[in-house]
Amino acid sequence: MAEKGIGARVPRKEDLRFITGRGRYTDDINQPGQAYAVFVRSPHAHARIKRIDKAPALAMPGVLAVLDGDDVKADGLGNLICGWLVKSKDGSPMKMGKHPLLAQEKVRYVGDRVAVVVAETPAQAKDAAEALVVEYEVLEPVVDLARAHGAAALVHDEIPNNLCYDWELGDKAAVEAAFAKAHHVTKMELVNNRLVPNAMEPRAAIGHYDPGQDAYTLYLTSQNPHVHRLVISAFIGIAPEHKLRVVAPDVGGGFGSKIFIYGEECVVLWASKKIGGRPVKWVAERSESFLTDAHGRDHVTTAELALDKEGNFLALRVNTKANLGAYMSTFSSCIPTYLYATLLAGQYKTPAIYCDVQAYYTNTAPVDAYRGAGRPEASFLIETLVDQAAIEMGMDPAEIRRKNFIPKSAFPYQTPVALVYDTGDYEACLDEALRLVDYAGFPARRAESERRGKLRGIGISCYIEACGIAPSAVVGSLGAGVGLWESAKVRFTHTGKVQVLTGTHTHGQGHETTFSQLVAEKLGVPYEDVEVIHGDTEKTPVGMGTYGSRSIAVGGEAIVKACDKIIAKGKKIAAHLLEASEADIEFKDGKFTVAGTDKSKTIGEVVFAAYVPHNYPAGLEPGMEEGAFFDPPNFTFPAGTYVCEVEVDPQTGKVDIVKFVAVDDFGNVVNPMIVEGQVHGGLVQGIGQALLEGVRYDESGQLLTGSYMDYCMPRADDVPSFEVVTSRGTPCTSNSLGVKGCGEAGAIGAPAAVINAIRNAIGVRVEMPATPERVWRAIQSSPLAKAAE
Amino acid sequence: MYAFDYHRPASLAEAAQLLAANPEAKLLAGGQTYIPTLKQRLAKPAAVIDLGRIAELRGIQEEAGGLTIGATTRHAEVAESPLVKRVIPALAALAEGIGDPQVRNCGTLGGSIANNDPAADYPAAVVGLGATVRTSKGRSIAGDDFFTGMFETALEPDEIVTAVHFPKPEKAAYAKFPNPASRYAIVGVFLAKTAGGVRVAVTGAAPCVFRATALEQALAQSWSAAAIDGVTIDASNLNSDIHAQADYRAHLIKVMAKRALAAAG
Repeated sequence: MAEKGIGARVPRKEDLRFITGRGRYTDDINQPGQAYAVFVRSPHAHARIKRIDKAPALAMPGVLAVLDGDDVKADGLGNLICGWLVKSKDGSPMKMGKHPLLAQEKVRYVGDRVAVVVAETPAQAKDAAEALVVEYEVLEPVVDLARAHGAAALVHDEIPNNLCYDWELGDKAAVEAAFAKAHHVTKMELVNNRLVPNAMEPRAAIGHYDPGQDAYTLYLTSQNPHVHRLVISAFIGIAPEHKLRVVAPDVGGGFGSKIFIYGEECVVLWASKKIGGRPVKWVAERSESFLTDAHGRDHVTTAELALDKEGNFLALRVNTKANLGAYMSTFSSCIPTYLYATLLAGQYKTPAIYCDVQAYYTNTAPVDAYRGAGRPEASFLIETLVDQAAIEMGMDPAEIRRKNFIPKSAFPYQTPVALVYDTGDYEACLDEALRLVDYAGFPARRAESERRGKLRGIGISCYIEACGIAPSAVVGSLGAGVGLWESAKVRFTHTGKVQVLTGTHTHGQGHETTFSQLVAEKLGVPYEDVEVIHGDTEKTPVGMGTYGSRSIAVGGEAIVKACDKIIAKGKKIAAHLLEASEADIEFKDGKFTVAGTDKSKTIGEVVFAAYVPHNYPAGLEPGMEEGAFFDPPNFTFPAGTYVCEVEVDPQTGKVDIVKFVAVDDFGNVVNPMIVEGQVHGGLVQGIGQALLEGVRYDESGQLLTGSYMDYCMPRADDVPSFEVVTSRGTPCTSNSLGVKGCGEAGAIGAPAAVINAIRNAIGVRVEMPATPERVWRAIQSSPLAKAAE
Repeated sequence: MYAFDYHRPASLAEAAQLLAANPEAKLLAGGQTYIPTLKQRLAKPAAVIDLGRIAELRGIQEEAGGLTIGATTRHAEVAESPLVKRVIPALAALAEGIGDPQVRNCGTLGGSIANNDPAADYPAAVVGLGATVRTSKGRSIAGDDFFTGMFETALEPDEIVTAVHFPKPEKAAYAKFPNPASRYAIVGVFLAKTAGGVRVAVTGAAPCVFRATALEQALAQSWSAAAIDGVTIDASNLNSDIHAQADYRAHLIKVMAKRALAAAG
């Protein structure tokens, strides 16, 4: 292993600039002649726009342009898209409501874009935005997901019952047959609470049309700049793809919310041309982030598990209503379907599974992928349901899981819901987690808590996820509009330094470090000699970006393949220089050696020969730069066991997490420190969902949780010190690195562990977020808690 | 933020003059409520008078056995003050639990009570300790009379809080159940045994800090948890919102009262 190669805990090279305030985010970029955009947003959840009077706004000082939906229409700009076609049970395509860049005729949620004002300064733009006159006819909104079907109001007038699609997966007949002969059925209604993504850096964009080049540049907060370029050119039609440069510089967190192509970023690009080619900057205020960043989760589900009398799972039946919000977002259709129902086997050999999903429009912010995206909803459902089944069957929650695990010997394993799991060892993770948490010692700890007047509970969650998104042919057959391969280019310079260009994008993940380690290991060059370049469509090869824990498993493998090509070419050059046969050249630790001899050339010498080819193989191209694309043969399947221990204060209902053990199988791990950090972050977000976070709209569709005064983000004192193990890996078989991805696991596995622990403590299940008041009310109704008082 | 004129007087007299000359001006102390309000364009003041550089408004003194704390004294200064910890430790503990370190390093006593947020902590101490609010007009306003309603006080428009005098209690403690998001009080109970009797002030639960007289009477009879248990808290005047319903707040008042009692000894 190279000193800073695969497996080393190398401190993150990007952190020097971040922690010294030298990061370069979109809002740090200022250009000569820059103007500022402010969006006028709907104050109503549902209204018809009767009239817009631009004159008072245009008359304000410094105003350069006021643009609304009519201008969008007049310029023939396309609507925002959803890139994944989902079909209903009857074969009909999902019903997609039009999503214009600026509202036309109707507004559909509080925060919907009505107009943009561009002015010389941000304050002038704000003043003018306030002066814009918009007359609305307020309409009845559809706010409650459970009542969207059959509601008198229609979010999109042409879409009956607000139903976008009614989709299904699995063998319904087999499931019904299994339920008919079941010894016991565990049934549960549950809510997966809506979340605001809350990236630390709000969305921002600078659009710039250069009339001299007749070309466009868009700086923005994006997880996938090439996808932005593609959609803005092919669907919105602002600029042809070869005339549009999209740059995502340092980006302060995404969690999914910066995958999507929103209206604002498109509008500033278009507006720049409208005002004659001056750059136009927009930076979201935090209130705009709350209102308009695509929210996550928001399911209402009925789930039933059929068991035989030994506690073997026979079948799982799930019905889910999913909230899409007012418009479909870029990938919103696939989140509650192909990223959700396909995971319902969990870690178990449940032979029959059926799930149907109805996705509804409501007059709320659009809902799309948020850390985990569908998989947290699936995992939460399975793991709370299995826990409930254990209680009802009088079994230990660990044992009912162990009994139903897909055994290690059964891989590759075809689930009844389309996926083929390549590897795994679920029992090993469970055993390690139970050992670390001292499962056997729990009764003594509970007794000790009781002496202090606290109710102690322990909860297990055995999650699985599908990452490394994704095999293009598979997702294509399921309706995806794009391929989900990844690309890389590895370029040596004359002096033996390496530039790695990746189509992925780092916005907190530490790619600059991890990919440098990878290349240092593969090419035997010093880690310090590797520079990772990303986020600029004019520098990097076309890439699909970063989400779904795909960057190492798909993007990392593309880098490996490019390195392999470098080595292959290097062998030809080394063979020539060493006067040996190419077949006799071995490459190891940065050296090309003639097998069985001490004759060798360093990779630096070979690279130099490639750029100064004075003595060089005939017919071989000079230079040392290789590109590769990688389309994985399968998803990767990280899995693990999380165990949470809580103490509940029965007087107030406050839950304290006193212990949290996470044992993850991420396959091989490149930088364990970064992976542990990813797990920590994911766990905190999962705990946030379980205990603290939850979007609330009032009946009129006003967002009640629109600031940090009311929307509770987890803070350091809300979480314990985690015990994290990432070394229990079964190497993935879909890439040569054996890696699976780790970015979402924590957020996927944690909620059920927390909720199960609370149930174990107080005897009843509490919906998320398990706020003190909810827990206190649950305690009032719990026989177990009453007995403890 | 809208544009406004900004004044930074060096003395109380200058501040009072500026306020008299600019009746529409707003006073800025620590800015922990007002700056966010300005940033969201929820206020459009013609002028802002920043009290932050007036030395005479800041500081902690021992006076008549109790404490006199200047209006622009930071929460962190009160929390860390050996003098406060010695004379009225409950007050230092309260200050230490306000908001977060950033808030405590900027927020001030005078700003907090003049704003009178229904969920702020300091009003509970001012009422619970029977403190007196001193002003630029030479008035000494009893804590019981100072807080008149939600975000309303007995201050006149051109009047500035200069200091608060807290008499030393025999025993006192503050127990707070914070809103997990804002860390303001969902319910905060300040309980004190004073020369004038038992005082119980409740913040966070209602539109304005109030004295829980039923608890005061019960504790005057018997300084015990059992006395608190015997009291029924009327939930009908308490707040219900997305963070807590009135009956839960009523329940928490007793729980926090008992915790304050245990802490007070």
